[in-house]
Amino acid sequence: MKKVLRNVYLYLMLLFLYAPILVLMVYSFNASKSRGQWGGFTLEWYRRLFMDANIQSALYYTVMIAILATIISTIAGTVSSIGIFLYGNKAQKVMLNVNYIPVINPDIVTGVSMMILFAFVSMRQGFATMLIAHITFCIPYVILSVLPKLRQMDVNLIEAAMDLGARPMQIINKVVLAEIRPGIITGALFAFTLSIDDFVISFFTTGSGVSNLSIYVYSMAKRGISPEINALSTLMILTVTLLLFIINRRSNKKTKTTGERI
Amino acid sequence: MKKTVWILCAILLLVTSLVGCGQSDVKKLYVYNWGTYIDNSVLRDFEKENNCKVVYENYASNEEMYYKLKSGNANYDVIFPSDYMIEKMIKEDMLLPLDKQNIPNLKNIDPKLLDIPFDPGNQYSIPYFWGTLGILYNTEKVTKPVDSWNILWDKEYAKKILMYDSQRDSVGIALILQGYSLNSTNQDELNKAYELLVEQKPLVLAYVNDQVIDMMIGNEADLAVVYSGDAVYCMSENEKLAYVVPKEGSNQWFDNVAIPTTSQNKELAEKFIDYLCRDDIALKNTMEVGYTSANKNALEEASKEDDYNNIAYNPTDDILARCVAFKDVGEFITNYADIWTKVKAAQ
Amino acid sequence: MNKNMRVLGLPYVVWMLIFICLPILLLGVYSFTDNTGNFSLENFKSFFTPIYIRILLNSLYLAFISTVICFILGYPVAYMIAKIPAEKKRNTFLLLFILPMWMNFLLRTYSWMTLLGNNGLINALLQALSLPQLNLLYNSGAVLLGMVYNFLPFMIYPIYSILIKIDENYITAAGDLGANPRQAFTKITFPLSIPGVITGITMVFMPAVSTFVIPSLLGGGQNMLIGNLIEQQLMQAGNWHFGSAASLIMMTIILLAMQFMNRFDKTQQKNMEMLA
Repeated sequence: MKKVLRNVYLYLMLLFLYAPILVLMVYSFNASKSRGQWGGFTLEWYRRLFMDANIQSALYYTVMIAILATIISTIAGTVSSIGIFLYGNKAQKVMLNVNYIPVINPDIVTGVSMMILFAFVSMRQGFATMLIAHITFCIPYVILSVLPKLRQMDVNLIEAAMDLGARPMQIINKVVLAEIRPGIITGALFAFTLSIDDFVISFFTTGSGVSNLSIYVYSMAKRGISPEINALSTLMILTVTLLLFIINRRSNKKTKTTGERI
Repeated sequence: MKKTVWILCAILLLVTSLVGCGQSDVKKLYVYNWGTYIDNSVLRDFEKENNCKVVYENYASNEEMYYKLKSGNANYDVIFPSDYMIEKMIKEDMLLPLDKQNIPNLKNIDPKLLDIPFDPGNQYSIPYFWGTLGILYNTEKVTKPVDSWNILWDKEYAKKILMYDSQRDSVGIALILQGYSLNSTNQDELNKAYELLVEQKPLVLAYVNDQVIDMMIGNEADLAVVYSGDAVYCMSENEKLAYVVPKEGSNQWFDNVAIPTTSQNKELAEKFIDYLCRDDIALKNTMEVGYTSANKNALEEASKEDDYNNIAYNPTDDILARCVAFKDVGEFITNYADIWTKVKAAQ
Repeated sequence: MNKNMRVLGLPYVVWMLIFICLPILLLGVYSFTDNTGNFSLENFKSFFTPIYIRILLNSLYLAFISTVICFILGYPVAYMIAKIPAEKKRNTFLLLFILPMWMNFLLRTYSWMTLLGNNGLINALLQALSLPQLNLLYNSGAVLLGMVYNFLPFMIYPIYSILIKIDENYITAAGDLGANPRQAFTKITFPLSIPGVITGITMVFMPAVSTFVIPSLLGGGQNMLIGNLIEQQLMQAGNWHFGSAASLIMMTIILLAMQFMNRFDKTQQKNMEMLA
């Protein structure tokens, strides 16, 4: 009995979470523009979507910014983590607190304050400013993922390497990076998902001609409901689901081989 | 580990080269226009004719456009401000003077729309669309006669009314209704308009911009404040709808096309403006969006269509006689913005 | 690794100064100056007038209610998943519940527009059953629903990850000492899960209080929240000084709220790190 109740509750909550998305996906195949009725199956909205030059450019910028922001923030975050790790207690604390600001600050404050910064230095907003903003809010997450791994690292390993005559760069390469690798991967995944999904900060830091998918969906949704957004949503949701599925399988395999949880 | 670094470097290289491709040498024209205000095929044709790329973006109000330019976060080449905004932007040196020699198709523009006080001699702007502000209503649901702005305060239509989310238009309606000028710079009059709008708020379903089109076609509301062109489009899609310019008077507006000082490609921008003045292009645009063309030949041609043969597309002299154009109210505009924020914030 | 390698941290120090500290400093400068650049308290004075105070209170109120609803709905979910004995089934359920976190926030909000509108699915169903139509969209109920829907996974996940770590032996021990299941829950499980609850509350409350997308899409401009005020001041009214002041006030409130929550749980930062 208890089990049945539990299952009913969990499935009801899942229905609540997924029903709107499923309805959206179904409507993307609805030939009728009106949402009240079903006008037959169509792929027309997808066809229009692929013809739309604005969506193509939004997709291009979304992916481009996400890849660049992930690579740059992962490298920068990892390098900085090593630096921070070596600082004294007090300095470390101050740096971590500042690093924490973009994490706890509401997106809108981060976005607005960066917009003011770019105006202050008269930097015209566009691709570069949006990328800078994305890197700025991604690095903290990379550091927060990498630093704990550094702390868990066995110091004896390094000493052993030093005793064996390894040069500093070799130690970094062969010992440290190998040890903190899971943290780096988690950080990179975090950076990628945050960047690809971001709306608020991008909205305030972009300029003419550069919008990502979120900004595009927002401006379309403000104009009302359109079957093309439904089609776009369906594709975006399927992509994310697929990506997560792959990541999950990957990390499951990892869990089995290394017994480690990510 | 080395391998990973190499792979990363390769990706980085690939990405940067892709970014490079994205910004190839093809000239770019940045166009900043109202939502649903052009036939998109016109843009593609212009790209082909001039071997350039048009980057096209939308705004929902004059103010949004103005502040985006003002903040320096934009490098648009072509914009479509309305009358009072043109006046303001000229005063603030935000527009480039046009070289009429590059715009020979200016001859197609209705002379009535030229040389209007907001831009004497059309030194900075060329007419694009014009029209009125009025009420679009569902004739099946609204049985009372619709001839006054008062109907927007009628409790019978509570939660069936859509207001336009634009400070000058909505505050303007409240000013007219009390017999004040649309261009009032009197704080007491503005306060009275504020009270009226707050009183109306419980009856309003939503404050909207372009959604009004879909919502009225889809019968989601009974009454809406709209620009005449949107009314033309809605009525062609839903025959139950009708448009009225209330008896108390209203606003006649002019949306012109202009080049902001931020433009880095004036030559191409003027080419684009000239292109918009071409008869065939103007006709395409007016047929797509329903707004009244400033091109006299396109207007004549469009008026032959049933959907365009009405007072929304082509207002009578009678209607125009009771309409007033917006004027720039200078610094006082912040008082309008303030009032509008407060109306939207009211509970 | 020696102390010389500390220099690796330097570039980021510079980056933080320019892109984290300076923007917030500028936000402060803007909020304490007027159009002419002179020092002024005018922005704060005009913020603390009834109309804007009400916006602030309304934002806090809606965020609070949505946090409470998320907790009431989310805690049982987290608890039930954690109690599923089969690991595979448990992981599948967990994945299903946190999957929406990775779906684009705007799409999740937008999806409710298609459901709640006067022509939406719910009203179409009502009509089919010849029931009267309801005004579901463009009111605070719709905004609240949007908040709960969007942020619920942020409540479930942290609570779950604490619950799953609680040593079963505690509960067995409590049972051996004569506690009934209810007592075991209220005296052992729930107190131990507090850190997760606090992280969950923070992760729901913060985005809820500052959102401008949800009220803008589901509220129809009827419900202005503080996020909308900031957006509107910066993007449409062009009053950066007032917008900055509003941002600063919101930031302060959120930091104070977090400080307050921290008192309940010293390990909160650790939790966030663990999540990240």
